[in-house]
Amino acid sequence: MAGTKKPKLAVWKFASCDGCQLTLLDCEDELLAITEAIEIAYFPEATRNVVEGPYDLSLVEGSITTEHDAQRIHEIRRNSKFLITIGACATTGGIQALRNLQNVDDFVRIVYAHPEYISTLETSTAISQHVKVDFELRGCPINKEQLLEVINAYLNKRKPNVSSHSVCMECKLRGTVCVMVTKKAPCLGPITHAGCKALCPAYNRGCFGCFGAKETPNVASISKWYAHLGVEQSEISRILNTFNAYPDCESKEEECER
Amino acid sequence: MSISFSSQIVIEYQHFDQLFAALSELGYKIAAPTVREGAIVYDEVTSVHELPCGWTDVQNAGGYELQKRADNALFGYNVGPHSWKKFLHPPSLKLWEAQKNEQGFEICPEVNEVPRYAFIGVRSCELHAIKIQDRVFMEGPYVDSTYEKRRKESFIVAVNCGQAGETCFCSSMNTGPQVSEGFDLALSEVMEEEKHYFVVSVGSIEGQALLEKIVHREARAEEIQLAMDTVDEAREQMGRSVDTFNIQSLLIDNHDHARWEEVAERCLSCGNCTMVCPTCFCTAVEDVTDLTGEKAQRVRRWDSCFTMDFSYLHGGSVRSSVKSRYRQWLTHKFSTWIDQFGSSGCVGCGRCITWCPVGIDVTEEITHICDKDKNDGIT
Repeated sequence: MAGTKKPKLAVWKFASCDGCQLTLLDCEDELLAITEAIEIAYFPEATRNVVEGPYDLSLVEGSITTEHDAQRIHEIRRNSKFLITIGACATTGGIQALRNLQNVDDFVRIVYAHPEYISTLETSTAISQHVKVDFELRGCPINKEQLLEVINAYLNKRKPNVSSHSVCMECKLRGTVCVMVTKKAPCLGPITHAGCKALCPAYNRGCFGCFGAKETPNVASISKWYAHLGVEQSEISRILNTFNAYPDCESKEEECER
Repeated sequence: MSISFSSQIVIEYQHFDQLFAALSELGYKIAAPTVREGAIVYDEVTSVHELPCGWTDVQNAGGYELQKRADNALFGYNVGPHSWKKFLHPPSLKLWEAQKNEQGFEICPEVNEVPRYAFIGVRSCELHAIKIQDRVFMEGPYVDSTYEKRRKESFIVAVNCGQAGETCFCSSMNTGPQVSEGFDLALSEVMEEEKHYFVVSVGSIEGQALLEKIVHREARAEEIQLAMDTVDEAREQMGRSVDTFNIQSLLIDNHDHARWEEVAERCLSCGNCTMVCPTCFCTAVEDVTDLTGEKAQRVRRWDSCFTMDFSYLHGGSVRSSVKSRYRQWLTHKFSTWIDQFGSSGCVGCGRCITWCPVGIDVTEEITHICDKDKNDGIT
């Protein structure tokens, strides 16, 4: 990078909990090396200092839930050469996409003392449903090593080593014993995108599916097997509708129907 | 007494820990079955006390459960989720590092320290699996040096199975349950009334030398008979079977059988069957750089033919449907493996059946696909 201008990095927030952008700050040991290689130009969670765009690399956290945000993301896209979504919210709509399965006005009435102040869309949607996204990094929150890998791959102009196979592969690589087979736990690992290094099964519990659907997920088959293991239908539905309820669930169902 | 290759020796239960001490003394790291996370896995151990004493397993398609036995058998169970390939063909391995220089870059080969492993409790099906991987990694024009080093350093204490699980089918694959070759020492665990001992056969000079360091005596005829009876029991308990007659051509001839579509509806393409398989050997290589791009390294890890990336060629995956991936795995394992390596790729250990999260049973699939009388293939 010596002698060349450092690329400018921006970190943007939409409807989210901040956990994913916090992952960048969690890169404590690597932060200095990151700032050597890239200029942190816009990152309000870390600094009030703002360097104007356009930006070479934008990391986008959060989903689109308001009309204002639906406009803002277009502006960010115009100002960004390379745009990467970080986390379940930005990539699939996140936990707040549970609203997509219900009437949002019902929620607003129950939650807020003055619903008239609330201006929100009926759905929570992924960034890719609004603008072109160059790469989607999954997780709720994202995994620190994977974030570093993606930034690293961008800087070195190579493809990131981010696999879209199952969490099971990660369990087996680390030698973790399958909780679905031994404990009959309704684990989402076989249909979930890898990236967490099989964190939950390593602590002896089923995968929650924080990383969303893997490539070619077979929801119909695994649902049938959960029922076979004695899991109630309502529980199966709850398991499949948490971190990545929408649009993954629907696309999963479509996948099965094909 | 002098021990010969044809001798049958007895080691009493109370002297069995001497085997561990003798191996440690020779500088071996001991890997053996041990209880962890609700299963019997293979891990490094230091003493006989870490073996699954008094434990057994109950297995079925998509199910595995540990249970207490009424006795204190050390090898009273069948194979678990791990296989010895995790030691001989590590799940993840750095191959080399590269450093940027003025001319381009320089490759620094990785000098992996190779542990000398003694494997205790290797079953007959697993010996056959090791033999299959030997052919894959050491007997072609390109020898895998990592595997070769680990393999040549290893010491194998095999165990004859005294019981078979519901997902076992080694008898029909001609790979067990009686240990036949490829070991340094082979044990049969015998428990009769108050007695508990191991009948030992010698398979190598190293095995012979090791046995000299352990308190032993010559086996009596009735003890040898009892040891053989335990293997017969295992043979009778065998939970499953595969009809291997003509299987090589039957699978190819039934390439378009409707059953492939049906099994694809159940298959999760999660890759578990290939990961637990003791003969599956496929890997992916990943190149990683540091942030500055000054240093790079190449890492090899286990891969599976069930992933999309596995068959990714220019522009996309060749086997994009789950049907094509399942078919590839099964026909390779039972048919084209024979063309490629001269033997079946399956040893009948049953791991792919037990550890399939939705209980897909390869023996059942083969029965349907190879059954010429049933053209619809779905029952």
